[in-house]
Amino acid sequence: MNGRGHAVCLGADIDTDVIIAGRYLRTKDRSVWAARVLEDLDPSLAARLQGAVIVAGSNFGCGSSREQAPVALREAGVIAVIAPSFARIFFRNAINVGLPVIEAEGVPCAGGEEIAFSLDEHWVEAGGMRIPFRPLSPKMQEILAAGGLVSFWRARE
Amino acid sequence: MAKTIVEKIFSRICERDMSAGDVMMAPVDGAMIHDITGPLAIHKFHEMGGERVFDPSKVIMLFDHQVPADSISAAELQQFMRSFASEQGIFNYDLREGVCHQVVLEKGRAAPGEIIVGSDSHTCMYGAVGAFATGIGSTDMGFVLRYGALYFRVPESIRVDVSGTFPEWVGAKDFILSLAGDIGADGATYQALEFTGEAIRRMDMAGRMTCCNMAIEMGGKAGIVPPDKTTWAYVGERRDSVPFDLASDEGASYAAWKSYDVSDLEPQVAVPHNVDHVVAVGEVAGTPVDQVFIGSCTNGRFEDFRDVAGILGNRRFSDDVRVIIIPASREEYLKTLRAGYIERFVEAGALVEAPCCGPCMGGAFGLLAPGEVSLSTSNRNFRGRQGSAEAEVYLASAATAAATAIAGEITDPREVV
Repeated sequence: MNGRGHAVCLGADIDTDVIIAGRYLRTKDRSVWAARVLEDLDPSLAARLQGAVIVAGSNFGCGSSREQAPVALREAGVIAVIAPSFARIFFRNAINVGLPVIEAEGVPCAGGEEIAFSLDEHWVEAGGMRIPFRPLSPKMQEILAAGGLVSFWRARE
Repeated sequence: MAKTIVEKIFSRICERDMSAGDVMMAPVDGAMIHDITGPLAIHKFHEMGGERVFDPSKVIMLFDHQVPADSISAAELQQFMRSFASEQGIFNYDLREGVCHQVVLEKGRAAPGEIIVGSDSHTCMYGAVGAFATGIGSTDMGFVLRYGALYFRVPESIRVDVSGTFPEWVGAKDFILSLAGDIGADGATYQALEFTGEAIRRMDMAGRMTCCNMAIEMGGKAGIVPPDKTTWAYVGERRDSVPFDLASDEGASYAAWKSYDVSDLEPQVAVPHNVDHVVAVGEVAGTPVDQVFIGSCTNGRFEDFRDVAGILGNRRFSDDVRVIIIPASREEYLKTLRAGYIERFVEAGALVEAPCCGPCMGGAFGLLAPGEVSLSTSNRNFRGRQGSAEAEVYLASAATAAATAIAGEITDPREVV
C-alpha cells in the first residue's frame, strides 16, 4: 500500500481530546467529527486535511481511548499519520479503522510540501530524503489494505 | 522461567506459558462499555455480523459521561444502548451507579488474575485488584462483544517499588503525579506498571485505584498491584472468592526497575497542558483559580472526601471559586453522606452533584470559559479537556484541591490545616 499527500506538521503529545473534543462525542454523525477535528489546536486545520499526511512529534494520540479520534482524521481526508511514536490505544484504533500509522524517526516536515510513503516497502519520502521505518506486522498491513478490521474480518468469514 | 504478575495472568488464562512479547488471542473475563464509546462499539459488533453477544453476564454496561442526558443526541445514544441491553439480556446499571471504573470494582466485576477490557482508557484502574485490565477502542470492543476474546501482546513490565511513609496530607495522587513527572507521558508506552513496596502494601484500595487509574497517563497498557490481604478483603466483600498467590516471581524480567521513597514527598501539581508537567505545589502556590473540581474515577472516593472534610473543618470555600464535588459512585456518595461530609460541603458553599464524570471530560457540565483556571482532582489537563481551549487545568490531590478551594488560589494543604 502506497500513498502521497501534502504534509501537515504537528508537535508532540497530540492527545485525543485535542483531535476530537469531548463536547463532540454525543453524536454518531461522522461529518461533525470531520469538521471539528483538531479544532482546539487550530480551528483552520480541518479544512486543510483533505489528502494530507500528518507528520507529528512523539506520543501521538495519547489519552482517551475514543476511536472517534482516528475516525475523525480519516473522515477529514488524512491519508496517513507519521510520528516517532504513538500511544498504544490510538495506534491500534487507527489500524482498526483503516488509517495508516507510520512509526518513523527524523522525517522532515515542511507544511504543504509533498510527502510519499510505502507501507509494503516501509519507507517515507520527504524533503528529498528516503527514510526507512520499522514495518507494520503482516497482519496489520492486511487489515489496513482491507480498509479496517471490520472489512478484513468480514472478508475472512 | 521467572514471571511477572502480568505474564502469570496471561499464562493462567491461556493455559500455556506466556512471556512478554508473545501475541495471542485471549478470552476476556469482562467487557465494559459506557455511553460515549459504547454506541460505536455496538455498531462495530453489528458490522462484524454480530447477532448475540458472547456472554451477556460478562458485559458491563452503564452511563456516566453525559448523565442525566445533557442533550437530545446524548439521550438518543443512551436510548440506543438501553434497547441493545434489553434485546441482548445485558444487565445495564444505566445512570444509577456512577463512574464506570469505580462501579466495576465496587460491584465485584473485576478480580485478581482476570483479564478485563473496557472501551475507556482508564480501564487500567482495575489493576488495583490485581486484574490485568486495559482500555480498547470501539472496533476492538465490537470484536470482543461478538467473540469474547481479543488479540493481546503480553507487555513488558516496569517495576515501581515504593518505600517510606507518606507525610500528612500527601498521598497516592501526589505519588502518581510525581511518577508521571519523572518518567513522562510516554514513559510506560506499551508496558505495564507494577506497583510494589511497603508504601503500596500499606496503601488503602482507594489509593491503589488512584495509582492504577493514571497508568495510562504514562502510556501504560496496564497498572497493577499484586493482590494482598487488603485486595482479598475488598474483593471478598463483593463476590465469592478464594485467595490464591499471584505475585511476580523473584528474578522476573523487567523493562525497568524504579525505586522511590515517599517520606519527603511534597504535594504535587500537574500544570497545563501536560500530565507529566509536574511541580511541587509551592512552585505554583498563589495561582488564582475560578473553579475546583473534586471527583472522577481518579479521586472521587470517600477517602478523598474525608481529606477534603479534614482540611475544610468549619470554614467556608472561597466565594470567588466554583467548587464542584462529585462522588464517583452511589456507594461512595452514601458513605460520604452518612459521615456528614456532604452537609458540610454544601454549607461551605460547594455544589454537590450526583455520581457521574462531571467536568472531567468536558462533555457535559461545569465547563470553563476562555482564560479561566481550574484545579481538578481528575486525571487529564489537556488543552480543551474541561471546556475552552483557552482555559487552564491544574491537577492535584483532593487535599490540595480543598486547600485551594478555601483560599481561592493554589495552596499547599499543609499550610491551611
